[in-house]
Amino acid sequence: MSFTKISTSVLALVAVSASAAAARDNVQVAGSSTVLPYASIVAEAFGENFDFPTPVIESGGSSAGLKRFCEGVGENTIDIANASRAIREKEIKACGENGVNDIIEVRIGYDGIVFASQIDGPAFTAFEPADWYNALAPKVLKDGELVDNPYSQWADFNGDLPAVEIAAFIPGTKHGTREVFEEKVLLQGCEDTGAMKAMEESGMDEDAVEDACMAVRTDGKSVDIDGDYTETLARIDSNADGVGVFGLAFYENNTDKLKVATMSGVEPTTETIAAGDYPVSRPLFFYIKKAHIGVIPGLKEYAEFFVSDEVAGPSGPLANYGLVSDPELADTQAMIADEKTMGEGM
Amino acid sequence: MTDASLPEPRHARSLKDVDARTNRRNRAEARFRAYGIAAVSIGLVFLVVLLGAILINGVGAFQQTFVNVPVYLDPAKLDKNGERNIEDIKKVSTFGYNPLVENALLETVQASGADTELDSAAEMKKLLSASAAAQIRDTVIANPELIGQTVEFRLLAASRVDGYLKGRVKREDVTRDKNIDVAHLDLTDKLHDAGVITKGFNLAFITGADASESRPEQAGLGVSMLGSFFMMLVVLGLSLPIGVAASIYLEEFAPQNRFTDLIEVNISNLAAVPSIVFGILGLAAFIQFAHLPQSAPLVGGLTLTLMTLPTIVISTRASLKSVPPSIRDAALGVGASKMQAVFHHVLPMAMPGILTGTIIGLAQALGETAPLLLIGMVGYIATNAPDGLASGFLDPNSAMPAQIFEWAKRADPAYYERAWGGIIILLVFLMTMNIIAIILRRRFERRW
Repeated sequence: MSFTKISTSVLALVAVSASAAAARDNVQVAGSSTVLPYASIVAEAFGENFDFPTPVIESGGSSAGLKRFCEGVGENTIDIANASRAIREKEIKACGENGVNDIIEVRIGYDGIVFASQIDGPAFTAFEPADWYNALAPKVLKDGELVDNPYSQWADFNGDLPAVEIAAFIPGTKHGTREVFEEKVLLQGCEDTGAMKAMEESGMDEDAVEDACMAVRTDGKSVDIDGDYTETLARIDSNADGVGVFGLAFYENNTDKLKVATMSGVEPTTETIAAGDYPVSRPLFFYIKKAHIGVIPGLKEYAEFFVSDEVAGPSGPLANYGLVSDPELADTQAMIADEKTMGEGM
Repeated sequence: MTDASLPEPRHARSLKDVDARTNRRNRAEARFRAYGIAAVSIGLVFLVVLLGAILINGVGAFQQTFVNVPVYLDPAKLDKNGERNIEDIKKVSTFGYNPLVENALLETVQASGADTELDSAAEMKKLLSASAAAQIRDTVIANPELIGQTVEFRLLAASRVDGYLKGRVKREDVTRDKNIDVAHLDLTDKLHDAGVITKGFNLAFITGADASESRPEQAGLGVSMLGSFFMMLVVLGLSLPIGVAASIYLEEFAPQNRFTDLIEVNISNLAAVPSIVFGILGLAAFIQFAHLPQSAPLVGGLTLTLMTLPTIVISTRASLKSVPPSIRDAALGVGASKMQAVFHHVLPMAMPGILTGTIIGLAQALGETAPLLLIGMVGYIATNAPDGLASGFLDPNSAMPAQIFEWAKRADPAYYERAWGGIIILLVFLMTMNIIAIILRRRFERRW
């Protein structure tokens, strides 16, 4: 009866291990794939310098991470959510319903979003938000009237751009990057082209106008990439006319394949982003569950290490990789030291 | 019956004379053979292209560039109290080791006589991996008595330097790269000639842990291999006994009725369910309901068990069926009970088939990624080697295919090479398992 023996012992093992699972000694993080590289750099250095085990960082997107963050308090939930956008009211409410009340918001720095195309491809060298609005919006303003987007080539609306088919690869809606792209590029472009004004005059209310401005045409000229930047890069690699949306750090690692375009006349570099000249940048965050501090060993130490000058400062490894360091880092450090939650003011 | 009603017999002809119809039939056969050969050769061409691409892209990962640097372990920096107290030594972080590394590299370059435009130690440091400081710190903490001595270290070179020596990074590629300049590449060439920079077999790739985004040169598959190993233990330990017990019951004992038919149909259906579905099931059942830890090989193994079970049940039933009924009848005839007949006679004869099916099922589970995406095994996970049996099952870990998937997503192109290298290792594992299965079948299979 060796089968019975084996199966009973395996079942026993499973039962024992399930009860042993109660004590977790490593920090668990999930969320934005934009923050993942930075978090992994910090986690690696943290594991090397402290006696705590290296934290575990999962990716999956800001929204997915925050959703898991808000599932509740306890060893079986994650301690930190990485996000490439600020947490929404809706998410704070969902958190509250599950007992996650005290959340510490940590801004780690800024990240630029760049528009790049194949290095040997057509000369996409300078974009304006209006170009992207004209290229991607379902309805654009043409000769003073709102019409279904008639443009099929970039040169159709801006003679300075190459006369090639529009093929834009933009982040999918589960990415925090998409939100920034919509707000800082599409909405801006909507305003610049005058389409926003035309919509308001046509009697639409403010929310509807905003939604219409941030919508994207669905005729295949714009492709949502739900995967990571590597997928966008692969699309650009196989389509010489394609233009993609990337993070600055990703672009800097692949300068042999990509060339970047300016936005509103400013070239994206860590300097122009830090100075606030480059328009499409956004802060990166992570959120700590305060209830887990003191329960999960190393959680507070990890957070403090993340924002320490050595790591997140202007000459630290994060800045080397492409993060634009936060000028108000000292405030953030003090906030974590005091464990100040979001409600308590910053 | 009269001869008159028969038609005129055809003109007698030798079979050796080929008429038009025979020609047509022969041509059809020749065409069919040609199609067959074409199909086989297309398959072979694809196989060769695939294996060739994997080898060409991945073989680089098994070689690594090292920089041999003698580092003076300055007591003034590493142990300010001079008491060699391990707690004091641990207080110096890797950031404190960086200046030592930079100075040591500068001195090494000057000693080698290579002239370069790079003058500052900080600029030169781009040749080295960011892991250098950690490597030296680990050595010092393990052997505090080394402080005060000059120790020769074999440090990892930066991924761009490594790529340049392997031909992956070209000179014209780095003109706009902020991580490295052409001057660094010139210096690399000179140091390579001087023997300071050497290439060697990359054992750390097979044994090491995952590394962060900024140092692909340090990343290894070792920890996720252990993750896969523990997952396979779970799969084997659960799916083999459950699968075999279920099939013996269904095949030998269960009555043939609507209910068992339904079970049979469902098992075949389960075998065809896409693996991602099992991932969702695993997430809901094991993590959200049973509260097992996230990212643990135990959960991965349980999920893959669900996926492997139908495969094992189907192959076990097939091999039980292939044992001739005469064996059972003979056993029953000399007075064995039904259970004795099955366990003493039928099962041993079906064993080779069962094992083959199990190994194929395991190989399938080993290469499976999709369910692991959902139970949190993708990311920067495989960093700590498990330090025991319980931690092997329960501590967060990745698995080989999940690690490869993760590497393929990362920004630094050096990770792309690692991903291909990982595929080579995975393929070696899968081929070994399949070869074992074939050998088992060949050696023990009996024909009647």
